Amino acid sequence: MGISRAEPLPYAEITSPHVVERTACVHCGLDVPSGAFQPDAAQQFCCAGCRTAYAILHEHGLDRYYDFAEQRGAPVRVTGRSYEEFDHPAFHELYVRTRVDGLSEVELYLEGVHCASCVWLVERVPLIVRGVASTELEIRRSMARVIWDQSAVPLSVVARRLESLGYPPHPFRGVARDAIRRREDRAMLVRIGVAGAIAVNTMLAALALYSGWLGGMEHEYERFFRWISFALVTPALLWPGRVFFSSAIAALRARSLHMDVPIALALGAGYVQGAINTVRDNGPVYFDGLAMLTFLLLVGRYLQQRGQRAAADSAELLYSLTPSTARVVDIDGGIRELPPQALVPGMIIDVRAGESFGADGVVVSGRTQIDSSLLTGESRPVTAGEGERVFAGTVNIAAPIRVQVEESGETSRVAKIMRQVEESSRRRAPVVATANRLAGYFVGAVLVLAAITFVAWWFVDSARAVDNAIALLIVTCPCALALSTPLAVSVAIGRAARAGVFVKGGDALEQLATPGRLVLDKTGTITEARTALVAWDGPDWVKPLVLALEEGSSHPIAAAFRAAWPNVDTTPARDSVHGIGGGIEGRVDGRCVVVGSPRFVHARARGDARVIDVSLTPVLVAVDGEIVAAAGIGDPVRADAADSIARLESSGWSIAILSGDAPSVVRAVGECVGVDADSCTGGASPETKLETIEAARARGPVVMVGDGINDAAAIAAASVGVGVHGGAEACLASADVYLTKPGLSTLVQLTEGAARTMRVIRRNLAFSLIYNLIGAALAMRGQLTPLVAAILMPASSLTVVIASWRSRTFDEVPT
Amino acid sequence: MSVLYIVLPLALLVVAAAVAAFVWATRHGQFDDLDTPAVRMLHDDTERKR
Repeated sequence: MGISRAEPLPYAEITSPHVVERTACVHCGLDVPSGAFQPDAAQQFCCAGCRTAYAILHEHGLDRYYDFAEQRGAPVRVTGRSYEEFDHPAFHELYVRTRVDGLSEVELYLEGVHCASCVWLVERVPLIVRGVASTELEIRRSMARVIWDQSAVPLSVVARRLESLGYPPHPFRGVARDAIRRREDRAMLVRIGVAGAIAVNTMLAALALYSGWLGGMEHEYERFFRWISFALVTPALLWPGRVFFSSAIAALRARSLHMDVPIALALGAGYVQGAINTVRDNGPVYFDGLAMLTFLLLVGRYLQQRGQRAAADSAELLYSLTPSTARVVDIDGGIRELPPQALVPGMIIDVRAGESFGADGVVVSGRTQIDSSLLTGESRPVTAGEGERVFAGTVNIAAPIRVQVEESGETSRVAKIMRQVEESSRRRAPVVATANRLAGYFVGAVLVLAAITFVAWWFVDSARAVDNAIALLIVTCPCALALSTPLAVSVAIGRAARAGVFVKGGDALEQLATPGRLVLDKTGTITEARTALVAWDGPDWVKPLVLALEEGSSHPIAAAFRAAWPNVDTTPARDSVHGIGGGIEGRVDGRCVVVGSPRFVHARARGDARVIDVSLTPVLVAVDGEIVAAAGIGDPVRADAADSIARLESSGWSIAILSGDAPSVVRAVGECVGVDADSCTGGASPETKLETIEAARARGPVVMVGDGINDAAAIAAASVGVGVHGGAEACLASADVYLTKPGLSTLVQLTEGAARTMRVIRRNLAFSLIYNLIGAALAMRGQLTPLVAAILMPASSLTVVIASWRSRTFDEVPT
Repeated sequence: MSVLYIVLPLALLVVAAAVAAFVWATRHGQFDDLDTPAVRMLHDDTERKR
């Protein structure tokens, strides 16, 4: 080329596809593939999705989006869904609220939200879609609240627009629960605010009193300050502090003891004695300490609740991603989308490959393979043809079929299992936290010490006996003790969430800290729950022939071959025919190739069937009438499974496998990851799993790890249920812990983090007990003044707070 | 020093007002989402219709 290279060429003049490889997509900033490059266009896009999104923004004058520093960094993925089900009455009944001003309001979970520009863009939807009053995005949870006029625009239009901007919306299923939580959170925050304001002002009054002791204060003013403190602390105990009293009373009614009992005792005794001393105008008052105590305890409780909420929230948001639509075929052949809740028996639904069934039913047309591993635990796909039953919750993996609905919603098999899950979680005995177990001894010890103090002082100086006994009750108020567990737990839960482990409750961590029995599901937990080529016995020259034949097939076995040999070049096959009954035959390079099940291949070729591992599905390959190779198709064991299990065993866990798959397969997998054949149970139905776990629980704590609906009941019944990555909604709902990363190494991280958390809790408990012992000793000797109490009590809490904050419970595990 | 009898109740009234404002703000959802507003204020909203 004769052009000088000094100046870079404008894009429009570059014609060679090799030069443009580094062009960035205008919308998302990723490289434009050479195939998508358009030489004469001013803007380049990596895909049609980005082009559409750009056009929408440009048309509405929203080009400022591109001025923000952050770019999407991901192409706009378009599913092409019609979102018709968003307009159905059943959908509206479930998710949409009508506001007082006549507009409608819905909360949608948006995929793909990641930065500040997303907030800007989503909140400008009213400018793009006429009829939308406002969209507000909450970035932490990726939740958008859409307020729109139903008479002006249907919700499906809004949903389609959101999708074309790169944010596919999903209905959020926890709206009712969310409202309750929001109310609780606000009430808690109000209590903290009130308690905090009162505590600080009581402290100020107390400061005046203390400095009065040093500098001398006229009695008139001292009395005034005492009355002011009294007036301040009364509402603090009656309003924010009431939670401790009501919870203590509830505990006593249930004839159990927990931390709120000694707290209420200290608060109550301190307040009554302070009130009497104020009226009598003589003796110590501890109002500042009491107000501070109320405030600190409420803060601790709030932090704990927030940490647990965040983890539970994140797990719940994942439910929203499960399919929320079913395609119903009308009598005239038209197809419309409906929410699965609107399905009734008799309807015909169309289910494409890769989708899950929205209801139980009978196949009316088509033939496919079904992955029912989530429902039954069986890893091998099952063939289903006309007249055969399919169940909601299973996934259609091979070909589109039509199903006549027989049972939907509440009466489907999944719903029945779910009811069992609820029942078993209701039956489960609550776990008593260490701190609450201590509460019993604590109350006893404090009351005995107070009695001793009273009696001893009665003989020494009867006037001070009551004051000293009460001082002991106040100073031993287990503030730090009550804070120690929630703080350590909420810090651990927060760190765990960052590491991809969602822990829904502190008691789960406590249970996981001590090694016991650990029961693992096989499919999806130890294995990857996908079809893959695990064994191959045959010469290499056969591979291109097999690939060529399987080229256009969407069958999972074809996909397994393709995934196993990505770099083998093939020539196209001709006259390939899918045989019914598991096989495919055709001509490649002039040779006759047959690939399929042993029965299919034996009918068409001679030769010995080689025996591959019995736990695998055999596939034979014949070329020109001669069997030349055998492949074993199965569910591969996760790469980190054996290591993780060895590590768990070395830290004292006894591991067992409980699966719905065939016993031979389960034993083979057990052998592969180093679990004794005795501990491997196969062929277990959801009911058997539940019984097994319940029987094991009678002997001690059991941790159940699983991913499917078939595990859900067992997970709910176990002391701690752990759901793994990619699991079913039912399983997520019943699990106490949810692992967001695939593989079992996260499980190791979880148990080790739990053990570290328990060490922090024990250290905190030791700290606070030492403080309490010092306080008690001072009180018994009559040396505890309100000033000492006011310093000692917050100091103990502060120690615990700092110790918890600095704990390194869920940092990256060194490997 | 007797000015205390006036100033202290006055100070408490101010505190009461602050607490009332806090309670109002909480009940009107001002503390529900603490992350997004921090991001939202970075965009000036000249092109907003309302």
